[in-house]
Amino acid sequence: MYQAIVFLPLLGAILAGLIALVGACGRFPGQAPEPGVEDEGSAATAHHAHAHDHGHDHGHGDHGHDAHGHDDHGHGPVEPAAAGSRTAELITTTLLMVSAILSWIALVQVGFGGHDQRIMLMDWVVSGNLKVEWALRVDTLTSVMLVVVNTVSALVHLYSMGYMHEEPYRPRFFGYLSLFTFAMLMLVTSDNLVQMFFGWEGVGLASYLLIGFWYYKPEANAAAIKAFVVNRVGDFGFALGIFALFAMTGAVDFDTVFNQAPALVGKSINFFGWHAEAMTLICLFLFMGAMGKSAQFLLHTWLPDAMEGPTPVSALIHAATMVTAGVFMVARLSPLFELAPHAQAFVMFIGATTAFFAATIGLVQNDIKRIVAYSTCSQLGYMFVAMGAGAYSVGMFHLFTHAFFKALLFLGSGSVIHAMHHEQDIRKMGGLKDRIPFTYIVMLIGTLALTGFPLTAGYFSKDAIIESAFVANNPMALYAFVCTVAAALLTSFYSWRLVFKTFHGAPHDVKHWKDAHESPMVMLIPLAVLAAGSILAGLPFKEIFAGHGVEHFFRESLKFGPNNHVLEEMHHIPMQIGLLPTVMMVIGFIIAWYFYIRRPQIPVELARQHEALYKFLLNKWYFDELYDVIFVRPAKWIGYSLWKKGDGWLIDGFGPDGISARVLDVTRNVVRLQTGYLYHYAFAMLIGAALLITWFMFSAGVH
Amino acid sequence: MAWPVLSVVTFLPILGALLIMIMVRGNGPFAKGTARWVALWTTLVTFAVSLVLIRRFDASSPEFQFTEKHDWLGVASYHLGVDGISLPFIILTTALMPICILASWTSVQRRVKEYMIAFLVLETLMIGTFAALDLVLFYLFFEGGLIPMFLIIGIWGGPRRVYASFKFFLYTFAGSVLMLLAIMAMYWQAGTTDITTLLHHGFPAGMQKWMWLAFFASFAVKMPMWPVHTWLPDAHVEAPTAGSVILAAILLKMGGYGFLRFSLPMFPLASEYFAPLVWTMSVIAIVYTSLVALMQEDVKKLIAYSSVAHMGYVTMGIFAATHQGVSGAVFQMISHGIVSGALFLCVGVVYDRMHTREIAFYGGLAHRMPLFAFVFMLFTMANVGLPGTSGFVGEFLSLIGTFKVNIPVATFATLGVIFSAAYALWLYRKMVFGALKPAVEGIRDMGLREAVIFAPLVVLTILFGVAPKPVLDMSSASIAQLLDGYGKAVKTAKEEGTKQEGTKAAAAKVPTVEASVIPVSATR
Repeated sequence: MYQAIVFLPLLGAILAGLIALVGACGRFPGQAPEPGVEDEGSAATAHHAHAHDHGHDHGHGDHGHDAHGHDDHGHGPVEPAAAGSRTAELITTTLLMVSAILSWIALVQVGFGGHDQRIMLMDWVVSGNLKVEWALRVDTLTSVMLVVVNTVSALVHLYSMGYMHEEPYRPRFFGYLSLFTFAMLMLVTSDNLVQMFFGWEGVGLASYLLIGFWYYKPEANAAAIKAFVVNRVGDFGFALGIFALFAMTGAVDFDTVFNQAPALVGKSINFFGWHAEAMTLICLFLFMGAMGKSAQFLLHTWLPDAMEGPTPVSALIHAATMVTAGVFMVARLSPLFELAPHAQAFVMFIGATTAFFAATIGLVQNDIKRIVAYSTCSQLGYMFVAMGAGAYSVGMFHLFTHAFFKALLFLGSGSVIHAMHHEQDIRKMGGLKDRIPFTYIVMLIGTLALTGFPLTAGYFSKDAIIESAFVANNPMALYAFVCTVAAALLTSFYSWRLVFKTFHGAPHDVKHWKDAHESPMVMLIPLAVLAAGSILAGLPFKEIFAGHGVEHFFRESLKFGPNNHVLEEMHHIPMQIGLLPTVMMVIGFIIAWYFYIRRPQIPVELARQHEALYKFLLNKWYFDELYDVIFVRPAKWIGYSLWKKGDGWLIDGFGPDGISARVLDVTRNVVRLQTGYLYHYAFAMLIGAALLITWFMFSAGVH
Repeated sequence: MAWPVLSVVTFLPILGALLIMIMVRGNGPFAKGTARWVALWTTLVTFAVSLVLIRRFDASSPEFQFTEKHDWLGVASYHLGVDGISLPFIILTTALMPICILASWTSVQRRVKEYMIAFLVLETLMIGTFAALDLVLFYLFFEGGLIPMFLIIGIWGGPRRVYASFKFFLYTFAGSVLMLLAIMAMYWQAGTTDITTLLHHGFPAGMQKWMWLAFFASFAVKMPMWPVHTWLPDAHVEAPTAGSVILAAILLKMGGYGFLRFSLPMFPLASEYFAPLVWTMSVIAIVYTSLVALMQEDVKKLIAYSSVAHMGYVTMGIFAATHQGVSGAVFQMISHGIVSGALFLCVGVVYDRMHTREIAFYGGLAHRMPLFAFVFMLFTMANVGLPGTSGFVGEFLSLIGTFKVNIPVATFATLGVIFSAAYALWLYRKMVFGALKPAVEGIRDMGLREAVIFAPLVVLTILFGVAPKPVLDMSSASIAQLLDGYGKAVKTAKEEGTKQEGTKAAAAKVPTVEASVIPVSATR
């Protein structure tokens, strides 16, 4: 069954990929050029004409794009759907549905039934004492992730059938989606760090392909590359972490590593002269990978740009699943992090900083998807705060609930964008609640859950995180508590701002408003399911994620050290602290209401008065500009100098060019007299050398 | 059934070359066709025969197999044989040759007969290099390979072919002269040129360093290592597609093979002594050439620089002298042979159509060449070292093997994974994504012949990425034996060193009495 869960999406990806390739080749039948044979007959000429027709269809690429690309896929090729689009959709979606249903069964069996599984598939890399296997490890932690990934993925597949119906290259899109799902499943079922790395980079690849799905859009390409490269920076750390673990324990599989880990406490690694504690260093390296994948502070810059991809992709990859891989990783490696308190403090610091920092940027963004993206970034920060606090199950709880309501918000935004004919700027919306009431209601539910309205899913998980930060035994606990509480206020504000500006007030663009239409059923059903999840994923699961059922539910899959009593202490916090997040939510709501419903001129006024601050937030704390100055440009400059100065002037100038210039000077005249072909001389030299050795060998042989 | 498989594999291509020489007359279409078909069949048959080697090879034994030995030239002997280190390279060579012939099917129209002969001769020389078990024989094959390659660049190359071929020749020949001297010295010292004997000879420590340096000069140029890499981009740019493929896939590997066959086992003490030097050069190669690759304007140059960076992992892994490091290096060489070969073939596909290698000329190829876009993407990702492709396994193993020995080196080398992603994806984006440029409006996708060329490479790249075990197993025993010998040699030397120091210290304490008793050999 577990093989089916993991490999059905791969099957779907391969089939859809084949359909896409065959279809594409059908459109552009290739033919090797025959330079020797110029006249290929009339068939070729006809073919050329055909190609030119296509050329006009493809003129979309030259259309001007405004810098922000508020245009989801408006400039797409006006072409008939690729052959087999429907087949590809149906295959991948059906397979994903099956996988999703099986995942829920797995959750029941493993989580509640206690039937952990470890399925060995085959050897992967075996060299010396290094042994890496392809294996599926299914314990509670994994089964939770299986449910999240497959459920959201199945719904996104379904939704995409509606959302992408104008898109001609759907087989490719669905192939990518399924490929992503497969990679993500390999990640969560991994039994060793290397397979996790496989999934890790695999989802990176799928993300790259999907962000750049509209490959003719320059912004999409740039965003795709940025996502991949920034993630590679994180992966650099992840890889070093794997190397260090292997160097210290001689293994990369979880069981061995976890068993050996306690013995590493007190050992140190000499890292560039710094005698670091082994566990701390390893955990910091590994966490660097998590920072990249989960878009944490300093490595977050790719996530907002990733919104260039189709909206269903944002929902699946950049909200519910891939970006939570970092959180999952820390949870999976909890036996290591438990032994590295310094690393945990760092995790908490980064998480708290991200939660606050991303929320501040979210306040002023105008692109509906980017607001949700920054919100995702911020919520991931929350999860890391829980991880740093040692409340792993609480972090997983938020991961679980967040998957529902954030996917809902993204798909809801998608529905808005769909209704508005690919307009993404909330300044041009307004009053949409009458035009698309269903979308409005689900977006409200998503917002309530995100802001932590009592009894919604987010309420339980988010409050639990803030509580865990309050009681955590961690030097960063207070900082994290303050940051997360402040972020709760900001979250509430920007979420309601989005709702008010989009759905309430007077329409800003009457034409679009009039044309707005509710999305088709195939899109609304996933929204309804996710909306239900956003409400129901909280209370029933509270006990097993954040209450007394944790130990029984997660068992071995999460490790709580002997001094880790966070979960216990969470239940004994003062009432006022427990109520604080809810109060923050209410305040945020009131401010947003006052700003955008009651007195809409106030925000404009505020932005004008505090222009520097406003610009600072609007430009995302100038991180892109900063990185451009300190990394991108120097790299290019160094590369260019090394090439021209290093290779060209220094090495070649004093090496071969210099020598050959001298040699040529001398020999030019002589050479002219003879054949003039350099390679003849080369021949002569070589034959000379051969004769030389032969002679040498013979003479040497006669002693 | 004891037919000399290895000799057959080695000399079949030359036979094909002779056949072409005899059969083909003139330069008409018929003659061209005959030359091509004979070459293709020869390489295919050679490949088929080489598969016999795989089938009969006993991977559990570290010894040389399929050995053949005949007297020849008095001192030297005709001695062939393969072990787990050389066999993968032979298979790589025989497997890539038919692909190269196919890739030149239409793009080479001038002097087809000579071209095919050059390639077939080259194949014999390359296989011979990997199979030779006698120093003189090795040297002849190793250096002989220069000639056909030199001709291929010099005759069928681009506009600056003379410059490129001269540079290529100057560099490689300079290295080989030193190697020749070292070979002579080895003969004088050991009294034989037989590699199997020399492997266990144990040269004196002082001599090892000189020998090592001489061999290093030759192999470092072949690899090529920084800073003697500058011939490679020029050679690649000017070489015809198939020439680039062979250059990148096989000729570069001769350097790495040389390190494994000679430097490490024959001069273990020197290898250990010079390892930091090699690591430094490798790390510089990885970082330096990756950065340079970022700024290239010519597709082939970019891939050439990327090759240098990837070879940096190889040299680093070899001199880490750990099992993972060395098998990672071997795997990386095989994988790079497939992947970089395929990348050069990809360039060939568009070059054949547009006759330019300028990156800026292309754009939006995905609109017209979906199949090409797919293939190119796959190999780009393999080049970047994405797990699940063959590129990952080699990089990962060589890094993990080095990390055990030297953390800073491995850390800097790991930076390469970031840069490689940057330049490879940038290249892909410029050429394949974006709006369709009017200049490439009429470009057509790959045809059947090209699909046939790429199909095996695509399959192997993924297969070796997912299930690299057969390849790793093939060389595992030989590598274990190599490292075992290496470790013992280094350990003995260290023990002797401490003993010596001990004696010296003792001598220093009571100089007057004991000084005269110390044996001369100990002080030397």
